Amino acid sequence: MKNTYLICRKEVRSYFVSPIAYAVLALFAFLFGGLAFFPAVRELVRYGMQAQMQGQPISLNDQIIRPLLGFASTISLFLIPLITMRLFAEEKRSGTMELLLTSPVRDMEIILGKWIGALILYISVLAMSALNISFLFAWGKPDLKPVLVAYLGLILQGGCLLAIGAFISSLTRNQIVAGGVTFFVCLILYLLSWFTQFDSGLAPQVINYLSIVTHFENFSKGVVDSKDVIFYLSMIFFSLFITSRSMESLRWRS
Amino acid sequence: MIKVEGLTKRYARTVAVDNISFEVEKGQIVGFLGPNGAGKTTTMRVLTCFLPPSAGTANVAGFDVLASPLEVKKRIGYLPETPPLYPEMEVTEYLTFAGRLKGISSGDIASRVDDVTGKCALGEVRNKLIAKLSKGYRQRVGLAQAIIHNPEVLILDEPTSGLDPKQIIEIRDLLKALAPDHTIILSTHILSEVEHSCERVIIISEGRLVAIDSVANLTNRLRGSESVSIEVEAAAGKPAPGEVQVRLEQVSGVSRVVAKEPRDSRLTFEVESLSGRHIRADLARSVVEAGWNLSELRPVGLSLEEIFLQLTTAEKKNEPKAAEGGKK
Repeated sequence: MKNTYLICRKEVRSYFVSPIAYAVLALFAFLFGGLAFFPAVRELVRYGMQAQMQGQPISLNDQIIRPLLGFASTISLFLIPLITMRLFAEEKRSGTMELLLTSPVRDMEIILGKWIGALILYISVLAMSALNISFLFAWGKPDLKPVLVAYLGLILQGGCLLAIGAFISSLTRNQIVAGGVTFFVCLILYLLSWFTQFDSGLAPQVINYLSIVTHFENFSKGVVDSKDVIFYLSMIFFSLFITSRSMESLRWRS
Repeated sequence: MIKVEGLTKRYARTVAVDNISFEVEKGQIVGFLGPNGAGKTTTMRVLTCFLPPSAGTANVAGFDVLASPLEVKKRIGYLPETPPLYPEMEVTEYLTFAGRLKGISSGDIASRVDDVTGKCALGEVRNKLIAKLSKGYRQRVGLAQAIIHNPEVLILDEPTSGLDPKQIIEIRDLLKALAPDHTIILSTHILSEVEHSCERVIIISEGRLVAIDSVANLTNRLRGSESVSIEVEAAAGKPAPGEVQVRLEQVSGVSRVVAKEPRDSRLTFEVESLSGRHIRADLARSVVEAGWNLSELRPVGLSLEEIFLQLTTAEKKNEPKAAEGGKK
């Protein structure tokens, strides 16, 4: 436990002393704030008044916050590779892996520490969006609960993709390769739900189930379905487990 | 303290270490010597639980590397070939991280960091980023990291590479100071390094153990006959080189006298004895009785370089035959 904490703290620190954290935060702030939040609020002001006059006030939750957080979930798919690419690849390249693997620390403690560190950066990225959303609370009266549930979904989805990214990073000593492959995998997982949109049958259903995005939909509606939670948690466990296998194989191959 | 039996490490196509056995006693400094690619680093990595052995056992401080790696790791300090440093950290911060990872409690860590920064002469750079340090300092930070938890066994892969002569001497002294209660294995390609700081030498070549002995014994073992360098001072052309050579050849037990180029009117000869004969006393008496000035009489041992070459090239001569046998 102590070792996990040490490694996690080291990861978070090295994110924030390197430009990576700031690049990710700035990119997200620009994409989310500039391209989604600002136009959404402008539309809200314009149509909000019309709707008010027609006696049908728009729902902040359904019409503004939900699509915004859906957008956040999509952007995060593309930020994940930036966060995870260096996790193991960098340590392998610079030789610091030797320090970790010859210290009295279990492999799983290293992996968990790194994953939690990455998750903390991801959560701080999400916090940027929460900053924007909080303005809606200042001037409107949206429901808090569905927003929190959506954030829970975002964190679970992110945790899942981060675990996959960590695994891919553990396969190579080249950060760029790790980042590229992770991006590709994220893209596939994102597109899986599209492929199966016009098809129904067992195979498309299975593929659809594997799509990371499908499981976020319920969360974005403010619904916590145990099916989705289990999907995310099991994906996280599975990915972290194969990461530990991959680290084990490092010892046999290197 | 360290016991290795039949250790073998195979990679996909190559055998990096082939059936090596050796033992190291507590408090010894052992030099690990071999040409590049001989399997030094691989053996060290097995001892530090970084790599598992393909066959054989390795036992460190009473714990097997496969059965209880965590216990072994607690008792080992390891400096890999490239020091495992995080460039974005400051020296103290890095040492704190490494020390905590190795199980030092948060209460003791500050004093341990102070201790090793002192020992490794890192005081001036303690608050500098590792990325800004020179190679020599990085090497020392790596060493500090290896000794921070006061391990029973120290495994150092080329600890003096990249250091200037003054720093090398400092590291040597540091290792000697650590020796009484630490067992140290160090690998190096600088042979004089071994002569200076190690009590025992393990020479491996192409994955196989070639020799394991003390430095003095190795030198003796390979030196059948005694070889002496003798220097006679000449003044005003006397004695003539030929005269000296003849007189030296007459000493009993001498098999060969080779005259060297005279320098500053000093005549130098290299005298070889018949095997098993001690000739130094007789040589000295012979020169002095002739009324000449004996200015130097020095046994010429085989240097470690020569021993090393002899052992590793002898190994190579046998190699083609073995390889052919394998193909058939």
